Amino acid sequence: MSDAHESTMQLSRRHFLKVLAGTAGALIVGIPFAEAADAPVPPSMLGDTLYGLGAYVRIDADGNVVIGIRDPDTGTGTSTSLARIIADELDADWTRVSVVPLGLGVDDDNGKPRWVYGHQTSGLGDSIPAAWADLRGAGALARWLLMQAAARRLGVPADRLRCEEGSVVAPDGRRFGYGSLADAAAKIQPPDAPVQPKTPDHYTLIGQPAGDINARAIVTGQTDYALDTYVAGALVAVLSHCPWPDGSVDSLDTTDTLAVKGVVKVVQIKPEAGVPLGQTVRSPAVAVLAENTWAALQGRAKLKLHWKAGAQSENSAWFEQQAADVVNDKNAQPAARVRNDGDVDSAAKKAARRVEATYVQPWLAHATPEPMNCVVKIDKDRAVLVVPTQAPQQAWSVVQRLTGLSPAQIEIRVPRVGGGYGRRLDHDYVAEAVMLAKAVERPVKLMWTRDEDLTQDYYRSATVHKFSAALDGKRQILTWNQRMASASALAQRGVPDNRLWTSEVDAHQLPAGLVPNLRSDWYSLPSAMLRGPSRGTSHVSNAFAVESFVDEIAHSLKEDPLVTRLRLIGEPRMIPLGDGRTLDTGRLINVLKLVADRIEWKNWLRTVNGLGIACWHVDGAYVAHAVEASLQGDKLNIERVVCAVDVGRVVNPTGLEGQVAGATLDALSTALNLSVSYKDSQIQQHSWKDYPLASMAQLPDTTDVILVPGDRTPTGASFLGMPTAAPALANAVFRVSAVRVRRLPLLKEMLRML
Amino acid sequence: MANAQDQMPTPGTSNTVVPEKVREGVDLEINGKSYRHTGDDQMPLLWYLRDVLRLTGTKYSGEHGEGGYDLVLVDGKLASATSLPVVKLSGKKVTTVEGLAAADGKLHPLQQAFVDEDAIGCGYCTPGWLMASLDLLNRHPQPSDNDIDQLPNLCRCGCQTRVRLAIKRAAKGAQA
Repeated sequence: MSDAHESTMQLSRRHFLKVLAGTAGALIVGIPFAEAADAPVPPSMLGDTLYGLGAYVRIDADGNVVIGIRDPDTGTGTSTSLARIIADELDADWTRVSVVPLGLGVDDDNGKPRWVYGHQTSGLGDSIPAAWADLRGAGALARWLLMQAAARRLGVPADRLRCEEGSVVAPDGRRFGYGSLADAAAKIQPPDAPVQPKTPDHYTLIGQPAGDINARAIVTGQTDYALDTYVAGALVAVLSHCPWPDGSVDSLDTTDTLAVKGVVKVVQIKPEAGVPLGQTVRSPAVAVLAENTWAALQGRAKLKLHWKAGAQSENSAWFEQQAADVVNDKNAQPAARVRNDGDVDSAAKKAARRVEATYVQPWLAHATPEPMNCVVKIDKDRAVLVVPTQAPQQAWSVVQRLTGLSPAQIEIRVPRVGGGYGRRLDHDYVAEAVMLAKAVERPVKLMWTRDEDLTQDYYRSATVHKFSAALDGKRQILTWNQRMASASALAQRGVPDNRLWTSEVDAHQLPAGLVPNLRSDWYSLPSAMLRGPSRGTSHVSNAFAVESFVDEIAHSLKEDPLVTRLRLIGEPRMIPLGDGRTLDTGRLINVLKLVADRIEWKNWLRTVNGLGIACWHVDGAYVAHAVEASLQGDKLNIERVVCAVDVGRVVNPTGLEGQVAGATLDALSTALNLSVSYKDSQIQQHSWKDYPLASMAQLPDTTDVILVPGDRTPTGASFLGMPTAAPALANAVFRVSAVRVRRLPLLKEMLRML
Repeated sequence: MANAQDQMPTPGTSNTVVPEKVREGVDLEINGKSYRHTGDDQMPLLWYLRDVLRLTGTKYSGEHGEGGYDLVLVDGKLASATSLPVVKLSGKKVTTVEGLAAADGKLHPLQQAFVDEDAIGCGYCTPGWLMASLDLLNRHPQPSDNDIDQLPNLCRCGCQTRVRLAIKRAAKGAQA
C-alpha cells in the first residue's frame, strides 16, 4: 500500500488546473479530463451528470457553487472540510455551496492510468494535509478569474477590488455576485504562475465551525450510499463464503435455490492464484443472483452447500499462546529491531528498580455499519461501478485487471460510505462483483449480509506486548525494553519481509526520544487468519500497552501518574526522532495538562471515583485523554471523558470535535467489549450480538473535547482520538478497582479479576 | 390461493350472486401514502421499502435487525423492518425516516436537532437513531439520561454523545 501511495504523490505533481466554460454561463475550475464539461454527457445509467465534470469548483450563472470532493467521505467529514478549504480561498457564500463526490479521476496515459485528482484516499489521516497542499489553488484560481472579470467590467484594476461572501466588491461598494461574472471569468486566460493562497488573517471559513454539509440529506434519508443505488436490469447477489480462504466446495445442490421465485442463477467464484490479498476474492464463495434482495436471501438460505476445510486449522487461543511464548523466550530472534537507542543491556545493570508487565489484546474486526457491497455494469468498452471504497485508485486496478479495459473506460463512483476504518482499503468485494457481472452478463448489485461481513474480514491481529523498564534512584527511567508479537497486517500483500513490522509498531512512538536506552523489537507470528489495516493502525494497540505500562511504573514509584509522565517528558523542547520526525514535548505537555485541568486531576488521590490519563503523538499531532470511572458493585460507569488534541491549524472545529469524540467512543466501545475469536480457523462472531459495539448505557453521557489552536499546517485527525482513550480508561479502572487490566476486552477481564 | 371464485356454485340455483373478487395484495400506508403490495407477501418490509419503493433511508442492519439501522414506526410503535413481512402490515401505518419532515420540507424538530448538534458520523445509522429517538420522545417527552440509555442503536463512528445532546435539544424545544 505504501508503494501505491508514493506513486500517487508522484503523479499528482503532473496534474494542473484548467478553466472550463460550462454550459449556461458556468465557470468551472478543474482538471483536463477525458470527459470534459462541455462534452456530451455519456449515456449514463446512473444519472447525475455532475459526476462527469472533473471539476473542483463550478460556479453557475445563478451564483450557486458546486464543489467536487475527491476523497471518499466515510464519515471522516471530507465532504465538509475539503469543501471549506476550497470555499474559503474562493470567498464563497457557504450557504450557496453544495458538494458532489467526484469519484475516481483517471485519464488514459498511453494505456496507463493517470490519476487526475491527485490524492483520493480516505481514512489514513492525510486527506486534509493533501488538500492543504494543492486544493487551495483551485479556489484561489477561481477567485482570481472572477476578480479579473469584474475588473474588466468596471474598468478598474483588480487590486482595487475585494471578494466577500460570493461577490466581488468594487471600491464604491457595489457588489457583483459571482454568478453574474462566471461566464466572463470562464473566458479569461489563467495566469502562468499559480495564484497564491490567502494569508491566514484573511480566512473566513477555515477555523470557523460548520456541521456536516450533507446533514439535511442524511437526516431525511436522501443520501444515497452505494447500497442504495439501483441500476436497471441489475441482479442482486448475496453470497455464502467458505470459512477457510483455502477451502473449496465439497458439495452443492442448487435445486431448491433455483426454485425460489426471482432467483436467476447460482455462480461460484474463488480467489485468483498469485494475486495479493485484498485485490481478489477473499475466500471461495457461492453467489445467489436474483431479481431482488429478498429472493436472493431466500435462495441462499435454501442452498445445500458443504465446504471442504482448507489446510489450516488454527485457534485464536493457540495464537495468543504463541505470542506470549515468543515475547517470554529470551532466545527468540525478533523479525525487526524497530528501534535501538543507547545500550539497554548495559544500562539496565545500574537499575535501582525494575518494572515488568505483559499486555494481551485480542483480534478485532472492522464491523462497518454499511456492509461490503458494490454495483457494477460492464459493457464491451465501458465499466461503471459504484463502490463504497476508501481508495478508488486501488479499486480501479482490480477492475482493470479483471476486465482488461483501458484506464478511462473504467468509471468508479464513490458516494458517501457507511464507515471504513481500513476495511475498504481492500477490494475483495469489488473483485467479486466484477466476476459475477461477467459471469451473468448483466449488471450486478452485490451485497454482503452481516454474518458474511463479520466472518470474512481482514482482521487486526491479536498482540502481546512485554515491557521491562529499569529506573535509577532518582526515579528516572534508564531503560525501556519493548517486545511485541503479532501477525503483520501487511503479510501476503507484496510487502518485503523487512517492512512487515511497519503496520504493527511505530519506530517513533512514546517513549522514543525520552528514554536514553530504548529498544523495540517486533516478533512476527504466522497465522492463517487474514489481516488488514485497522482504524488507528499500530497506534491503538501500542498506546494501550505503553500508556498502561507508564501507569504501572508510576504505581511502583507510589506516585501520581501525571507527575511520572511529566518527569518522563521533561522540559519543553524539540527532540529529533529520526526519519525526519520530531517530538515537540511542549505540545505533548500541553495536551496532558489541558485534560488534567479539565477533569480536575488535583482530586486524583482523594476522589472515590478513579481518574486515569494517557497521552500519545501521531504523525505530528498530539493527543491526551483523561477518564473518570466509578464502580458500583461490579458495574463500571464511565462518568466523564476528556480529550485534548493538537493538530496544528483547525480547518473545521465542529468536524474535528466530531471526529475526536467519535474516535474516543469507538475506542472505548472496542476496549470494553470487543474481541474476535476463531476455532478451526472459523470466526465465531456472526452478528452484532456476538460483536457488541457499546450500547448508549455503557458509554459516557458526554465527550468533552478540547481543541488546541494552532497555525501549523494541519495534520489529519480521523483516528487521532483512538489511541489514548482505552489506556486512560484502564488507568482509571485501576484507581477505582485496584484491578490492573492487562488483557482486553476490559469488562470481561475486570470482572474476572474483581 | 383459494378464494370465493373457486367454490362451485350450488346446482339448481340460477340466480346465485357471484361474490365480489377478493382484492389481491396487501394494502398499507407509508408516510401518509397508500400502497398495495402485490408481490411476495412474505417479503420483509425492509426490502419492500428499499427494492420495491426505493425508499432507501431505512438501512440494512443484520439478519434479525440487530443494530437498529432498519427501525421504522408501525402504527406509532418502533419496529424492525427486517423482521416484519409485508403481509402483517395490512391496514397499518408505517413511518420511515423519509416521512419525518413536513410536506413543505421543514425538518421535524428531532431532525433539526440532529443537524444542529451535528449528531452524524458516516450517517448510515442516523435514520435508525432518528426513528428510535422519535419513539422515545413519544413515550417520554422529557427523557432522562437513563431513558436515553435504553436506545437499541449501534454506531461505530461514535456519535452517541451527540445523539444524546440532540434528543435533549429536541425535548427542550418541545417544552418551550
